Order: sequence, then structure tokens, then C-alpha cells
Amino acid sequence: MSGPAAVAAVTGIDTGDTAWMLVATALVLMMTPALGLFYAGLVRSKNTLNTFMMCVGAIAVAAVTWAAVGYSIAFDGDGGLVGGLGNAFLHGVDFAPRDGTTIPELLFMAFQATFCIITVALISGAVVERMRFGAFLVFAALWSVLVYAVLAHWAFGGGWLQAGGTLDFAGGVPVEMGSGFSALAAALVVGARKDYGRQALLPHNAVYVLLGAGLLWFGWFGFNGGSGFSTGNPSVLAFVNTLLTPACTLVVWFALDLVRGRKVTAIGAATAIVVGCVAITPAGGFISPGWAMLLGALAALPSYAIIVWRTRTRVDETLDVLAAHGLAGFTGILFIGFFAELSWNGISDGLFYGNAAQLGDQALAALVTPVYAFVATFVLLKLIGLAMPLRASEREEGLGMDVVQHGEEAYVTGEGAILITPEAGIEAEVPVADPA
Amino acid sequence: MKLVIGIVRPEKANDVLESLYRADVRGVSMSRVQGHGGELERVETYRGTTVQMGLAEKVRFEIAVSDEFVEPTIEALCAGARTGEVGDGKIFVVPLEQAVRIRTGDTDMGAVTPVDK
Repeated sequence: MSGPAAVAAVTGIDTGDTAWMLVATALVLMMTPALGLFYAGLVRSKNTLNTFMMCVGAIAVAAVTWAAVGYSIAFDGDGGLVGGLGNAFLHGVDFAPRDGTTIPELLFMAFQATFCIITVALISGAVVERMRFGAFLVFAALWSVLVYAVLAHWAFGGGWLQAGGTLDFAGGVPVEMGSGFSALAAALVVGARKDYGRQALLPHNAVYVLLGAGLLWFGWFGFNGGSGFSTGNPSVLAFVNTLLTPACTLVVWFALDLVRGRKVTAIGAATAIVVGCVAITPAGGFISPGWAMLLGALAALPSYAIIVWRTRTRVDETLDVLAAHGLAGFTGILFIGFFAELSWNGISDGLFYGNAAQLGDQALAALVTPVYAFVATFVLLKLIGLAMPLRASEREEGLGMDVVQHGEEAYVTGEGAILITPEAGIEAEVPVADPA
Repeated sequence: MKLVIGIVRPEKANDVLESLYRADVRGVSMSRVQGHGGELERVETYRGTTVQMGLAEKVRFEIAVSDEFVEPTIEALCAGARTGEVGDGKIFVVPLEQAVRIRTGDTDMGAVTPVDK
């Protein structure tokens, strides 16, 4: 490498903006372990570690693929469908600001990397408790480039959606609809858990679920608040809307729970936090706080309905990524088309303020993104399935993925455990082997 | 009267409950136990510490039945719990001296499976 372009101060950099984006990047990275905690609480105890590890695996794989080619495909040039390879392996990504921003492009790249990472992790929710860890890592590597980077280019990197006028503040297209509809495809290809529809498969720790959702919300202030790439008004608006929208979703979710079951549920509340954060993701910097609160209330309805309906079907989209992310993202993207307000965002009005064309642009994104995400993921997983088994055997599924895939347990007691000295060597690798 | 004790894999516990229900066996207790029945231990590693897990998680069923229900109960336990691999568990049948239903004071045959016959 020839070294960074400039060691001295680079013009066009704002130190305040850079300081905030450094923090925001760390906040978004934290969302992935938070998601791991959220997901781990929702599965059975024998799959706790495997579920969490899929999120850790997403960090490992997607950060590498992003630096290698993902960033370049998403953000190099303004080609219609995909970016170029000019920034592959971070070539030319240094301290100079990216056009249109006041922060070093290197930091911009890292901030966007954390988005790619959490999107990959989100999809794992559809396939937990049965998909093989190795197969998931392979899927994660390919999906992060072939689906995420492409969608990110369309919505953020100057691709055809953005060029056509679609507004997406923090990732309704690549992150939320991208993960949600890919999750549906993944659930269909990998197939249902063997006990799905036969036994009650219950969340094993509701406290993890609530704490995970709380940490996700905390991180989401960096996710939405950082998507203005500055400390300017759009960031402040998105930051505040990230407080208001999920609160309104919570209130409506409480009401729906009360009407349906006469009790407000904790796991319902955790889900509502995520749904609200997702809904405001695309709209954060474009709508007024008042409309953001209405969005939060509205977004609860379709997601709640789909969660109730989905569990009665044969589709084992295990942790409802489609309902929480795909559908809430869809709602948020469309909502911009109605209630975007020039006086708040300085870019465009929506239908309600006399600009019907904006709704058309939003509807186009809301139609095309699900189709691309679903079809591309379906084909990709089918192809991976030809090369390696996607799921564990029924016996392994029964034993639990923690012991089978990782050789560890989340709640190990140590009773009866015998220390093996390194010299003795390890022969057995399977939990239960043939009789002596 | 006999007490049938079945020690089975935790992941088969639901199947056992289902087959007991189909066999009209009512009145079951179950508890989580740790045990070792001759199967090879599994090896786990925690940050460089490798251990053989000598005890495996099992579920223990206790079912008090009248004599004519002993065979159906054993069959139901086997049907629900068998995978064909080492570690499927054991069934023990022991004589039962007395049984009392606390609510009514019914004793012996009136207090064990079946209730209505």
C-alpha cells in the first residue's frame, strides 16, 4: 500500500460531525450482539449459544466481505444497478471526505459496514434452531455482497432507486425490507424445525428478549441519528423520532395485547420496540415528530396481524423477521410518500403536502425491494444447498445446536464433568457415540 | 399396583407424554435429572478447558398404575422415548405398597391409573 493520501489535515472535514459518527458507528455495531441476546432469549435453552453465535458470525463474515468488495459494490460510482470495484479492498478509502459528507470516507465505510453486519445477522432469525452454523456463514458471506451491497447501492449509493427520487433515510430498503423478505425465503428453503406445529416451542428467557430489545433501541439512536452523517438537523430529527416512534408502537401494541388476550405481554413489548425502531428507520429525517408518532402507532397494526397469522401457518419463519423488519420497513417507506414535509427535511414533500410523485417513488421501492430480496435469497440458498447440507439432522436438532455445533452449553453445570489434560487427547467429537 | 419409573432423553419427553396420553395412562410426574447409563461421554471445551461431561440431562417419569396397566405404560414409554441409539434411557418397575388420593382419601386401586374404570 502506498499509504494514506494525507497525513496532514484534510480539508472539508468537520470535527464535530466526525466525533459523532465515530460514536454512532460503535453504537450500531453494538446492535448486533444486542440482537444476539434478543434472539437467544426467544429460542429454547439448548440453542442459546448457536443463536447468539450466528450474530457473532455475521460480524466476523460481513465485516470482511464489506471491506473486500461489499463497500465498493454499494458505494463506488453511481451506476444504475451496482457500483464498481474501484474501492475493492478499500482501495482509495482514506481520510478525505466522501462527496456530500464532512467525515472521512474511511469512517463512512465503517459506519456502513455495521449496517451490513446487522442485516446479515437479522436473517438468522428465520433459520435458528436447525440451520448448520457453517452453512450459515457461507450464506452470510455471499448474501452480504450479492443482496445487501446491491440493495444498499440502490438506496444509498446513487443507484436507480435513489437517483429516481426514492427517500430512504437509514435503510428501509436494504436493511429492513432486505432482511425481512430474505428471511421469508430462507425459512422456506431451509424448512421448518422438526417439532414446529407439533410441540410448543417457547422462548426460554424473556428477560434476555427485553434487555436485547432495549439495547437495540439504544444502538438505534446511532443507526438513525448517524444516517445524516453529521450533527445537522436531519440527524437531530431522526434521533428524536427514534425516541418517539417506538414509544407510540409500544402503546398501541399494549392495547392490541389487551384486546386480544386481556394481558400486556413482555415479549410483545420487546417486539413492539423493534417494530417501532424499524418503522422510523427509513423515515427518520424526513417526517415531523408528530407524523413520526402516528407512524409508530400505525406500524404496530400490520406487524401484529402478521405475527398472529404466521404462527397458524406451516411457515416456520422462526423469530418473525418478516413481520418485525420486512413489514415495518415497508410501512415506513410508504409513510414517507404520504407525510414527508419539505419544511422539516428540506428535500421533498409527500402526497399529504401536495407531491403525489413522492408516493410513487416510495411505492416503487416498496415493490421492487421485496421481490429482489426474496428471489435472490431463494436462489442463493438453493445453490448453497447443492454444495452442502443446510440443516442439521433430526437427531442433532433434538440434542440442540449448542452441543452439536459448538461443543458447549449455555447453562452448563459442570456436575460430573471430568477435566481432560491435553496429553490425554480427545477422541470423541459427537455427544453420544456407539456403545463400548 | 406398580410404580413405573422411566428415565428418558429430555428431547423425547414430549413424545413420551403424547404416547402415554394415547395409551390412556393418566397421572404422571416428571422431573429433570442428571444421569449416566453407560453411554460415552460428550466432550466440551470452554476457552481451552476441555472436559468430558460424565452426566447427561435426562427426564424421569414416575407413573403409578394398576397391574393391568403396567404393560401398556411400558410400551408407551418405549414408543415415545426410543431413538435406537445409546442413551435412550431405562425403565424400572417396582411394587407399590399403598397409594392414597389426598383429595378424597381413596386408597390403592381407586387412587392410581385408571381413574374411571
